[in-house]
Amino acid sequence: MTSPAPRPVSLITGASRGIGAACVQQLQQAGHQLVLVARDSAALQALAAPGDLVIAADLCDENQILGCFRQVQQQFGRLDHLVNAAGIMQDSALALTKTSSLAAQFQLNVNATFLCCQLASRLMLRQKRGNIVNFGSKVGESGSSGQAAYCASKAAVSGLSKALAKELGPQGIRVNVVAPGFITTALTAHYSDAARSELVAQTALRRLGTAADVAAVVGFLCSDAAGYVTGQVLAVDGGLVL
Amino acid sequence: MQHHELQQSNEQKLLQAFATALAVDLALITDTLAYNSIAQWDSTAHMLLIAELENSFNLMLDTDDIIDMSSVAKARQILTRHGVVFG
Repeated sequence: MTSPAPRPVSLITGASRGIGAACVQQLQQAGHQLVLVARDSAALQALAAPGDLVIAADLCDENQILGCFRQVQQQFGRLDHLVNAAGIMQDSALALTKTSSLAAQFQLNVNATFLCCQLASRLMLRQKRGNIVNFGSKVGESGSSGQAAYCASKAAVSGLSKALAKELGPQGIRVNVVAPGFITTALTAHYSDAARSELVAQTALRRLGTAADVAAVVGFLCSDAAGYVTGQVLAVDGGLVL
Repeated sequence: MQHHELQQSNEQKLLQAFATALAVDLALITDTLAYNSIAQWDSTAHMLLIAELENSFNLMLDTDDIIDMSSVAKARQILTRHGVVFG
């Protein structure tokens, strides 16, 4: 009789709210052993299942990111899935965007994602198998007026992920991007009712997306059903046309 | 484990990690063996080597360490800085 396969170990950044929190619930239901990372420790504790590892960390600090992965190594000695859900969006017209805002969005959306991929891949290389899900955006693929810095950062995530899919694929590591459309989370809470109505009209399915819509696709990518899927940008946008 | 046994054990783990990651005979692993000096130690094997060393010694290296790890002797020096004891 063979022993049951160990539960997959999955690390989710930005796990305290929004899409990240929905991913936590999705992967918990799929039986994953989770590592929840975000700044808000209390929110993470509220989401964590017994046995989940909670790490309060600021992903804008490289040493704190390294500390997260050291904890994973010490506690589990492996990592099967990385979901880079942490992100920041600051809307502003080109003329009104400070370079500090550009840098802040790149720091979290790109630099932190890059470093997490780098460290996760080293843990995954040990078993010659792994899966990374990064978060792009519909607007990173098609552009959006008033979001130049955010669009640039999300387009960078797509480029990064396609390169990593090629570099890490021979080692059995898959890398994909989930590109949400308009999702009703805290990140988009500042949108007016009129703007939301306009977006609904531009969406083929005539509704705005939910965090659960996105988490379901992340769940697919973190399953064996996606074992031959890599280097892809999967839009979860209800058919939104910008 | 006695101190000298630990030193020997770590030396063996170091050499074995290189042999496994580079897929070469243990006898080929000498202090002077350097990155890109043999076909087997290319950038892909370097990634595998880092993973093997981190697994063997239960640590995570810094990016600067990974870039600096240009030979077996250098690897021993870097690991020593991370608290690994060699003879």
